[in-house]
Amino acid sequence: MTGNERTGILAWGMYLPYWRLQRAAIGATLGGPAGRGTRAVASYDEDTTTMGVEAARRALRALRGSPPDDLYFATPAPTYLDKTNATAIHAAVELPEWSGAYDLLGSVRSSVAALRAAQTQAASGGTRSLAVVADLRTGLAGGPEERDSGDGAAAFVFGPGSTDNPIAAELVAHAAVSSEFLDRWRIPGDADSQVWEERFGQEVYVPLVEAAAAEAWRRAGVVAADIDYLVLAGLHVRGVQAAGKSLGTRPEATVADRSAVVGNLGAAQAGMLLADALEQAAPGDLIAVVVVADGADVSVFRATDAITEVQSGRAALGMSTVADSVGAGRDDLPYARFLTWRGGLRREPPRRPDPERAGAPATWRVTPWKSGFTASDCRACGFRHLPPSRVCLRCRTIDEMDPVRMADAVGRVATFTVDHLAFSPSPPVVGAVVDFEGGGRYRCEMTDVDPERLAIGSQVEMTFRVLSTAKGIHNYFWKARPVGTLTDGSGDERNGDA
Amino acid sequence: MSSNGIRDQVAIVGMGCTPFGERWDKSVNDLLVDAAKDTIESAGVTLDDIDAYWLGTMTSGVSGVALSKPLKIDYKPVSRVENFCATGSEAFRNACYAVASGAYDLAMAIGVEKLKDSGFSGLTGIRPVGDGTDAALSSPAAFSFVAPAYAHRYGVDAEEMKQVMSRIAWKNHRNGALNPRAQFRKEVSLETITKSPRVAGDLGVFDCSGVSDGSAAAIICRAEDAHRYTDNPLYVKALSFVAGPGGGASDPEYDYTTFPEVVRSAEDAYRQAGITDPRAQLAMAEVHDCFTPTELVLMEDLGFSERGLGWKDVMAGVFDLDGDLPVNPDGGLKSFGHPIGASGLRMLFECWLQLRHEAPPERQVATVGPGRNLGMTHNLGGAPGECVSFVSIVGPELSD
Repeated sequence: MTGNERTGILAWGMYLPYWRLQRAAIGATLGGPAGRGTRAVASYDEDTTTMGVEAARRALRALRGSPPDDLYFATPAPTYLDKTNATAIHAAVELPEWSGAYDLLGSVRSSVAALRAAQTQAASGGTRSLAVVADLRTGLAGGPEERDSGDGAAAFVFGPGSTDNPIAAELVAHAAVSSEFLDRWRIPGDADSQVWEERFGQEVYVPLVEAAAAEAWRRAGVVAADIDYLVLAGLHVRGVQAAGKSLGTRPEATVADRSAVVGNLGAAQAGMLLADALEQAAPGDLIAVVVVADGADVSVFRATDAITEVQSGRAALGMSTVADSVGAGRDDLPYARFLTWRGGLRREPPRRPDPERAGAPATWRVTPWKSGFTASDCRACGFRHLPPSRVCLRCRTIDEMDPVRMADAVGRVATFTVDHLAFSPSPPVVGAVVDFEGGGRYRCEMTDVDPERLAIGSQVEMTFRVLSTAKGIHNYFWKARPVGTLTDGSGDERNGDA
Repeated sequence: MSSNGIRDQVAIVGMGCTPFGERWDKSVNDLLVDAAKDTIESAGVTLDDIDAYWLGTMTSGVSGVALSKPLKIDYKPVSRVENFCATGSEAFRNACYAVASGAYDLAMAIGVEKLKDSGFSGLTGIRPVGDGTDAALSSPAAFSFVAPAYAHRYGVDAEEMKQVMSRIAWKNHRNGALNPRAQFRKEVSLETITKSPRVAGDLGVFDCSGVSDGSAAAIICRAEDAHRYTDNPLYVKALSFVAGPGGGASDPEYDYTTFPEVVRSAEDAYRQAGITDPRAQLAMAEVHDCFTPTELVLMEDLGFSERGLGWKDVMAGVFDLDGDLPVNPDGGLKSFGHPIGASGLRMLFECWLQLRHEAPPERQVATVGPGRNLGMTHNLGGAPGECVSFVSIVGPELSD
């Protein structure tokens, strides 16, 4: 496939959860050898959909003009089957109703399909398309999967360039080879994957990657030594590393995989590393993305002359880089809590009723509020209502309201409490009353928060989470979290107001 | 548009109240029969004499049949009402209005709640199918916003605030220790209260009311008929009930140091009863001490203390059993627990005892006497910023 000169990557976003698990904590609990480094851990109230929303929000923050027309969401760890997961992302980032939202589920390779679908749609239709990839890796206690994998998400907007949104990188060539063999598999419903002996996979993968790369270089009209950034991704770590060494690229071109800190992000790994490369690339640089999964995919991107402008635009918005996100977070998650979150440790529940399931019609009626955190402003007096109200609290005018999206607003904690009684998969619940900049107050739950460090006046932002799960219904809504928890208080502050 | 009141138009001529507590031995029906039986005996009537019933319960039964069946009521009107924590008071209020209207000669208000059978800690809600956007905060958490807000606004330091809260619990437990109907009948030391494990925010276990089962009831007739039933009726001076716009949680101007609904219902009730100085004119008050900071703020919202000075009055013992204005002389929700439908009528029962000098000597308040013999009951239902409030005022004499 040949890249279209007129379309390419316009924007990207990366999300890593707040929590890191020290690998040494696993050994300390289970009595094994002390591992080194950390892995990224999705919190108890996160799943691939919520992480996908966060990555998509970041990508769209850097986008001006019209929103994407299509959304492709890939994950091997979907929250729902039968029901599309991408529609929750579509609703949370408030894409237009008439845009398509599709899942590509099942394997790491699905992530390549999402990126290709978005690229192809953009190239053929001249429209903007959003690709979101997310993974939440599980594994048996004490095993390599649990220790070495990690959770996260990435998102990319493909489309035609414009003055406001120049193309940062364009696809020059793609080549794929496919092979049917048992490297890694999982029966639907099982909590954990199974893998065949590693050396077998390595034997099969290396020539597949070599073949795909050779074809990609040929189609792009380049040689291996021309590649400036080599992204290597895949859950078969030995195979990925061996293949990487056999491609003949310059050693310094290989993008550090960050796995010592965040683990192997599975379907989100290639996305994270591509974002990392885009944040470092200079005009004209070639970025090769190699995904090793049930075959091999090699995509070659060329950074445009506008990449510097795109990079500085992101910095001006205060957006975190991949390097920032990797370096942030909190790394003292107790292993027992990690196990509890992942269902590996059955804990005594509080003597409180289980949460009620949210009703489908009731939920559907309030989609702008529940998914988009959209409040209402009174046209008569300007009072802002969270949740939206038909009758104005201040002036009692009826049905004279304008919707206003509050998901991206920042606020300050007016007061807060630590609730030891309320039901939660990870007690205690922290509740806060938040006053938003520009108006509006809301009482909500907090997450990614250390109550010892929370104070009246703390700055918070909203994040899309699972509020509760009951009878198979994952109840998505927004929580507040301290600004700066993902960036060590330096990178993601807005309005110049730390 | 006004709340006209029915001052001195109706009278309470009989009351009953079961012991409150973990009544594993009693069903909802048993509790209703116990309360109803005591109440008709108190008024010297039979169930046949009662013309209409109001049953208050939040979760222990639905429809009038929840009462008519256990009492085997012979084809009389029975209304089942619910209004959060003011449910028992709501039954009383409606029964009073029915009698005042002339529709019935004799009405019974009865409240009941059986909370312990659920096996859960704390209250459990009854909610229609929702959209899932409500924060999962518990009731203690919702009320725990009050203490730090009050302390911040009035410059009370955190440790002092905790002492104020503990003293309120200590006072109510001390009163409850003297009350054989209370769930908890032991004094609790200030140290135990202060050091009790945290439930939410600064609220420890002893800052929260208990969870119990119980029932209480009253019989109401027209004031002019009262002496047919008793030599010592209580006349209803005021009944006020308000539901607020519920905007506290979305109003940046709400600061969690007051319950506007309580202020409004108190003003309304004082106007109905002709009260201008509640602290001096009331001889006692039964207030909704669901959590200790609630009682503190109520002292100001009900006009017993100046704004920002309630905590000093608490520490000075103004609201103690032997204080200037005894508050919760029966031990309050703190000692009785809070069987929702019963609490309002349980409060009224303490007025029934105290204002008629029938409380046991060790608990009888000295403030009740000639020229000062009005009692108040107050309920708050919901959460700060989003609640209902009820205030009643009763007294043993007709006004001039």
